[in-house]
Amino acid sequence: MKWIEKIIDKIKPTFSKGGRLAFLHSTFDAFETFLLVPGTVTGKGSHIRDCNDLKRVMIVVVIALVPCLLFGMYNTGLQHFLASGPEEDLPGFLSVFWFGFLKVLPLVIVSYVVGLGIEFTIAQIRGHQVNEGYLVTGMLIPLIVPVTIPLWMLTLAVAFAVLIGKEIFGGTGMNIWNPALLARAFLFFSYPRYMTGNNVWVVDGTSGATPLAALAEGTPLQELPSWTDMFLGFIPGSVGETSVVCILLGAAILLYTGVASWKIMISCVAGAALLSLAGDIPVHYHLVAGGFAFGCVFMATDPVTSPQTETGKWIYGFLTGAFTVTIRLFNPGYPEGMMLAILLMNTFSPLIDHMVVSVNVKRRIKRIASHG
Amino acid sequence: MSACFKLRRGLDVPLKGSAHPMATPLACSPLYTLKPGDFKNITPKLLIREGDTVQAGSPVYCDKENPRILFTAPVSGTIQKIVRGEKRKITGIQILAHQEQMQEQFPVADPEKLSPEQIRELLLQSGCWPLITRRPYGIPAHPEETPKAIYISCFDSAPLAPHYDFTFAGSFEPLQMGLKVLERLCPGKVHLGLRDTTSPHSVFRRLPGIVHTFSGPHPAGNPGVQMHHVCPVGKDQVVWTLTPLGLSIIGKLFLYGIFDSTRMVAVTGPALTRTGYITCHAGFQVGALTSFPLKDGMQARIISGNPLTGDLVGPEGFLGFHHQQITCLPEGGSRELLGWARPLRLNKFSAARTYITYLAPLLGKTGRFSLDTNLNGGERAFVITRDYQKVLPMDIFVSHLIKAILAEDIDKMEKLGIYEVLPEDLALCEFVCPSKIGIQDILQKGIDLMIKEMQ
Repeated sequence: MKWIEKIIDKIKPTFSKGGRLAFLHSTFDAFETFLLVPGTVTGKGSHIRDCNDLKRVMIVVVIALVPCLLFGMYNTGLQHFLASGPEEDLPGFLSVFWFGFLKVLPLVIVSYVVGLGIEFTIAQIRGHQVNEGYLVTGMLIPLIVPVTIPLWMLTLAVAFAVLIGKEIFGGTGMNIWNPALLARAFLFFSYPRYMTGNNVWVVDGTSGATPLAALAEGTPLQELPSWTDMFLGFIPGSVGETSVVCILLGAAILLYTGVASWKIMISCVAGAALLSLAGDIPVHYHLVAGGFAFGCVFMATDPVTSPQTETGKWIYGFLTGAFTVTIRLFNPGYPEGMMLAILLMNTFSPLIDHMVVSVNVKRRIKRIASHG
Repeated sequence: MSACFKLRRGLDVPLKGSAHPMATPLACSPLYTLKPGDFKNITPKLLIREGDTVQAGSPVYCDKENPRILFTAPVSGTIQKIVRGEKRKITGIQILAHQEQMQEQFPVADPEKLSPEQIRELLLQSGCWPLITRRPYGIPAHPEETPKAIYISCFDSAPLAPHYDFTFAGSFEPLQMGLKVLERLCPGKVHLGLRDTTSPHSVFRRLPGIVHTFSGPHPAGNPGVQMHHVCPVGKDQVVWTLTPLGLSIIGKLFLYGIFDSTRMVAVTGPALTRTGYITCHAGFQVGALTSFPLKDGMQARIISGNPLTGDLVGPEGFLGFHHQQITCLPEGGSRELLGWARPLRLNKFSAARTYITYLAPLLGKTGRFSLDTNLNGGERAFVITRDYQKVLPMDIFVSHLIKAILAEDIDKMEKLGIYEVLPEDLALCEFVCPSKIGIQDILQKGIDLMIKEMQ
């Protein structure tokens, strides 16, 4: 594989200071470090370093999202064929998958091309290295929008999320809200007709309501898809959020690798379970319906926008779950509450941390005083 | 008042090349160097000139702010060169050692018959005073202050660190005498931290003092971590810390009336063909170590100290004043195709579960790595801050403290515990950081800022 190194070394001067394409330095650097882990050695401080880096962390999350993406593709095809004809006419597995693949792929491509394009440009302007954060965001966005969304709308949403949600604060690691959810929120409030209500699922002229939308309109529980279908994911909904099985598979990857916090996941489920006692819909329906599972596993656990203290994570997760069900039960305007609950709790994360840190400060002062 | 503390958080980096427990006789190098940089917050004022002759224990320089604190020569010889760095800052004073070693003689005295003031004076005169480190800030102790306690950690848990039971096996008398001296300076408040696995026959088990036992991975051996559980340092409080090495040097001063900086040094690291222990003076030139050759064709980084906190000295460099370890690591300048995406990467260690090698420590001795100095990634903003807490057995929020330092917020730094930590305590946080942030450097800057603001 030395030839890759050779090619890179050969073209590097063109992109370095004084080279003809020096203005594309950040872009070149991003591709170079993507292909080759750089030979940079430690300077000050610790001479040895762990081989874990942000690229690794991000790729683990992307891998954890793959089951949801693949299932989302299949389900898109499935819902299309179910809506357009009787179940007996359903074509073979591959045809169904292929149909969904062709529908979902453009979303993924648009998300990455637009998002990375903006990231690269901004890194270039600032003279920074390109951050890996968008690898995950770029995969999350197509998974949390309806597959029928027009691509221009997605483009706008991605641009909004990256610029206003992230770059304006200084880039990955500095943002207050989860950028992927911000993209969804942008669509939700700007183009509500496409995002909520009973017309969400429009595949080639047929429309259907998501279970939550139906519930909000007072449809009795018995008329909804069965719990098993909702758990397995054979229902209409945003691309990646329907199959709880796939989400659990992703959760297993995230928890095994320690990338996401189990405290947030557990407390989020606990919060939702507790609040659901206040309504008519049973707990196990809440956990499989809508974006709850997806949000709980992939969105609420975002290490940047969730609290950084361990105690804070318990509080944050619990409130996220509780607010989700509160919105679902008591707010007639929005059938789904996960997105708003997470964004709200993202806003409060620094406050939660501040409280936990203040307690720590007081505890430490007391401890030092007790030791004389 | 002694207690046993079980520390769970931390990490023993599984590094190859621990020192083979075999001692060699006193090793000598032609050149020795005193490095003012070994002491924080010291502005050296020279007391000698190039060409002067010094004996072991003769003053070479003092602190400009506090001229009572003297720094003395480890060996007798001729001052060969004053090495200066940027802005003519003195970075080293080189002494060409004489064949025959002469010692400056100090009065041999029983500390119990001396007043604390006389003891301080003797420590200052002989150059032993800088062996006492002051917390907060990790700077040499102030001669006028009285600490609330003195703390000595009797084991080093850093990667490849020397085994103190071995290196101090024959030093019971100096250690005991050193403790007697400290007892006079701070009666009834001298604490010793022992490892739970310290053998019952170890010299440290026989020493008097308030003994605390610690178990757990690195940084359990750091005095800062132990003090956090035993006698935490708060605002306007001072605790002194010493290493067993400092204790024995002080002991020898009172026993024999000489400043004897000899120590047993562990020569370690995966870049060496063989490892072991040597006996040498402070300021020893590392290049004189011919009996520990590097592996063939290996480009190595030679460090005085341990791989997490040591100083890069290179083959022509010199052993630090406090150091008892020399580490040789392979330089990691090579690039790796799609390294971050490789599923296994079995030759690299990670404490994070994103790589299977996190399980390697379970394999015991076979699960050790020849880690190189590659940064293994690029520097990024804080993203995953949870990892820091996993390797720090202290009730301190690392990311919040580091951010307070970056914001130069003195009040917050104080509240979040900057008095309790030194860069060495957060070295593991830097090791595991996936964003490759220079945490030790930031913390040192924060400490420097505190010193400046608090004066």
